[in-house]
Parts: sequence; structure tokens; C-alpha cells
Amino acid sequence: MARTNLRPTAIIPLGDCAAYIEFSEKLDLEVNAVVQRLALAVHGRAAPWIRDVVPALGGLALHFDPDHPGAFGDALHAAANLIADCLKEGLPEADDVLRTVEVPVCYEAQYAPDIEEVAKKAGLSVEEVARRHAAGEYRVLMIGFAPGHAYMGGLDAKLAVPRRATPRARVPAGSVAIANEQTVVYPYAISGGWSVIGRTPLKVFDAARQEPSLFAPGDRVRFRAISGEEFLKLAQ
Amino acid sequence: MSIRVLRPGLLTTLQDHGRHGLQHVGLCPGGAMDPMALSLANALVGNPRDEAALEITVIGPELAFEEDTLVAVCGAEFQGGFPHNRPVLAPAGSRFNVGRAARGARAYVAVAGGFAVDPVLGSRSTYLPGAFGGFQGRALRHGDVLPLRDPAAAGRFAQLKKTRDGTVKWSAPPLTLPDREPVLIHVLEGQHYGSFDGNAQRMFLDTVWRIAPDSNRMGFRLAGPALVRAKDDEILSGPTALGTVQVPANGAPIALMADHQTTGGYPRIAEIASADVARLAQLAPGGTVHFARCDLGIAAELRHHMSERLEAALRGIAWNYGQ
Repeated sequence: MARTNLRPTAIIPLGDCAAYIEFSEKLDLEVNAVVQRLALAVHGRAAPWIRDVVPALGGLALHFDPDHPGAFGDALHAAANLIADCLKEGLPEADDVLRTVEVPVCYEAQYAPDIEEVAKKAGLSVEEVARRHAAGEYRVLMIGFAPGHAYMGGLDAKLAVPRRATPRARVPAGSVAIANEQTVVYPYAISGGWSVIGRTPLKVFDAARQEPSLFAPGDRVRFRAISGEEFLKLAQ
Repeated sequence: MSIRVLRPGLLTTLQDHGRHGLQHVGLCPGGAMDPMALSLANALVGNPRDEAALEITVIGPELAFEEDTLVAVCGAEFQGGFPHNRPVLAPAGSRFNVGRAARGARAYVAVAGGFAVDPVLGSRSTYLPGAFGGFQGRALRHGDVLPLRDPAAAGRFAQLKKTRDGTVKWSAPPLTLPDREPVLIHVLEGQHYGSFDGNAQRMFLDTVWRIAPDSNRMGFRLAGPALVRAKDDEILSGPTALGTVQVPANGAPIALMADHQTTGGYPRIAEIASADVARLAQLAPGGTVHFARCDLGIAAELRHHMSERLEAALRGIAWNYGQ
């Protein structure tokens, strides 16, 4: 258990069945790392009146049943107490609770429509873009937008290109894309403004799996470059 | 042992009370847009509250019953002469032709014993954006055959108190249908309410908003004046909830409904009181709504009032089943 001096900057009702516990209005990777551990600590308490614990970039949401006896008639107050208790007790160490997920990615041209453009903007070769992307150590900062859609921080600063001016109409599922200082893997075929530099054969979200989402909040993520041949083998 | 779909209607999907505990991986609970009406429909055919029923939207389906089936329709009133809000024994070979919604937008067709579809991630709700759950992860189509889990459950009709001609005359009260428009919806201040200038705040509360045509189970788009923020700074993406009202750069608010995204980067001007979300869900595109501010105390009163009315209706139904 590790102590942290971090305290919520605001507790904001998200309607009458949820609250947002805010720690920062700006993206701060250190704050986010604490938020992830706090979310696991809250989850671990299994409070019967809490329905969902959703860590986000600068804080976490608690979704609850405001009329459950566990909320003592004042869920916002109970939520504040729950967070304070977890912080007072100390949060689990990141190494003990957070997983590492390895994601095979093929960076070859047929799966990477934007890699050349990114290379040009960054002043690097296409191979160097792939190498740098695969060499990075990433962390899932938040899952949102679509089921399993993980926003990951830790992108090489050289690769931090802005979003594309015109979004691609349809990006296939598994596409690995970058924008600003983050990387994502699209769980479904969607339209997106991020630059697509590769694709994974893994299913990012599969409702038929026991654990439907490949990623969980806080996960450390590594990408491993694979050949087109290996992509097809793994995709089967 | 099944129901045949002769005409699917505008959007007919299986829905229960949703899948919980997965918002941290980006999956919203989903489920019935009007959970009150779903609970009543289930109770009327003797099902547990959380059984899945057909959510029908604005234009209803035409269904053919292969066996005697105990059915109840609750929520919006649809044309077609089918009795609403009461248990009905649909005889084998009969058809149920639902027309347009005359009042409200969504109704629930529950059958005794429920539909024989497997739960996905703990729920039989159809999640259309992910194409899973419900009946093959999609809205019903012409020619679909919906299997029933327990056709013998139609026998529950025998337990019901009936009039001398053998029919049920009593009906459950509608809980969520609009009496008049614009529908009054209570809202709490959203996290970014203060970042809108006084004029935009006033406009949000003074305008009669119209539900735009491109509204769906994910969100209702509201047509009216554009709401402009006092300062145009970027907002860090954060969690959203059922009933969050967010305002994209074009100034047209979006109220997040059952299949909403779990996080969003648009400023959140308001949060709809949970008791009023189902009432909003009973508006079709073209319907009108206006907002009134409330606090957590009033939101709790509204919630308790709605839940008391639901419990009273459920007791009435139980009495008619002789319980």
C-alpha cells in the first residue's frame, strides 16, 4: 500500500445516479496513474450501492444506486467518504495490480494507409516510425468513445502529429492509430481522424469472451511488430 | 413455439434492464429506453421484472403468433386496436398488427415466459453499435422467427381475475406518457454549466426544444438556438452518464440516452434527473421539451414519486393475478 497526497479538486454530481471525482482539469500522466490505482481500490471494496467505477483522464466517475441503504440517503456524501477512505488507507502499488498487455501489430503498407504521411511530417523513414511506435511503453489512460476503445499515453514525442484534417470515412477494426501524444486501437470499423499506421489481428472487444475487452484501464501496453504473414496466421 | 415477424416496424429490438458493471471498458448499460414501461409489461404477463421484451419504436411491427401466447403491451399508445396495458391471450394463428404511435414513442411487447435468446455479458438487451445481444445483435427484420422460452407460460392467463366474458378489463396506469407538450424535464447543473454565458444559460432553460430527426437510442439531438460558451477552451474528455446533456461546437445540445458513450469531450451543460429520462424517451422526433432546473433533493423526490407509482401499479397487477 502506498500513500498519496493527492486529494480530489472537485466532486461533481453527474445527475442523481453518478458523481465525477475530479483530480485535475488537465491531462497529467502522474495524476492519471493515481486515478487508475484509486479506481481499483474503490472496485476492491465492492460497495453494494456502487454500480460502476469509471476511471477517466483527470478523475473517476462512480455510478451508483442513490436509494440503496449503503448510500445512507446522501450518495454524493457517501461517494466523497468512500474516496477519502481509500486515499487514507493507501492505494495498491501499480506493479501489484496493473497488467501488461502485448499487442502484435503489422505496420506494412496494406494495413498502414497513413504511415508515409506521418513519416514525412515527422522527418523519419517509414521503418523508423514503426520501430519507434513499437518501442514505446504505453499506459491505458481511459477507455471510452466505444467499447474497448483505449486511449493510451506514452507515444514517442517525434510521432506526435496532429489529427488529420479530413477524417477517414471508415477505418477497419484493429487499426492502430496515433494523434497528438496518444495511440489507440479501433475496436470496430469506424470513421476516425487519427493517422492509421498499422493493424492488429486481435479482437479488441468481443462480447463472446469472458473478458470482453482486450484492454483495461491502467494497463501497460507494448506493441510487437509482426509480418503480414504472421498477421494472417493470428487473424484466423 | 414462436412468434413470426411479418413486418418489423421502424426499430424493434429486444431489451431488458441492461448490462451493468462494464462502463470502465467503455460499454454503457443500455437496455430499455423506458424501463418503467418494461417493468409493467413484464409484470402483466407474470414475468420477472428484468425479462427481455420487444421495444417497438414510433411505427410498430406486425407479428403472428404460432401458439396461444400471453402478451402485454406497455408504454406508448399505438394504433391498431390492440389493448394496451393489460394481459391479452393471443390465440394460435392470430396476428398483432401495430400501427403508428399515437401518444408516446416507445412501447414494450412482453410475452409470458420470455424470449429464448441467450444473455450476452449478463443481459438480453440488443446493443446495436456493437451488434450483439438480443436477437442476433440487431433490430428485427421481415421473416424473423422469435423463439419463446416457455410457451406453457400462456397458462398463467387462467390465474387472472376476469370479467364474465373471460377478458381482462382492468389496465395498468401509464407512468411515463406525456400529457401535453412541451414535456417538462428536470435537469441538474452540468459540470460546465458555468462556462456558458448568462445568455446561453437562459436560452437553454427558456427554449422549447424540438427532438431532431437524427435522434436515436444513443442520444437525442435537440433543435433550437445555438448555445455558445463564454470561453472556448478545450475540455478534457471525461465520464458521461445516462441523461448527460452535452453541447458540441455547433451549439446544438445532445441528451445522452440508453446506448450512450461512456466518456465524452464536449462541454456538459446539464444532467437530466434520472426519474425524467424515461419520460424524455417517450418523445419521438418532432416532439417538444423544455427544461427546468432542480437540485439533488428534488431529483430524489421525483425518483421516489416515480418508484412509488411503479410499485403501486405492480401491486395492482399482482392482485389481479390473485397474489
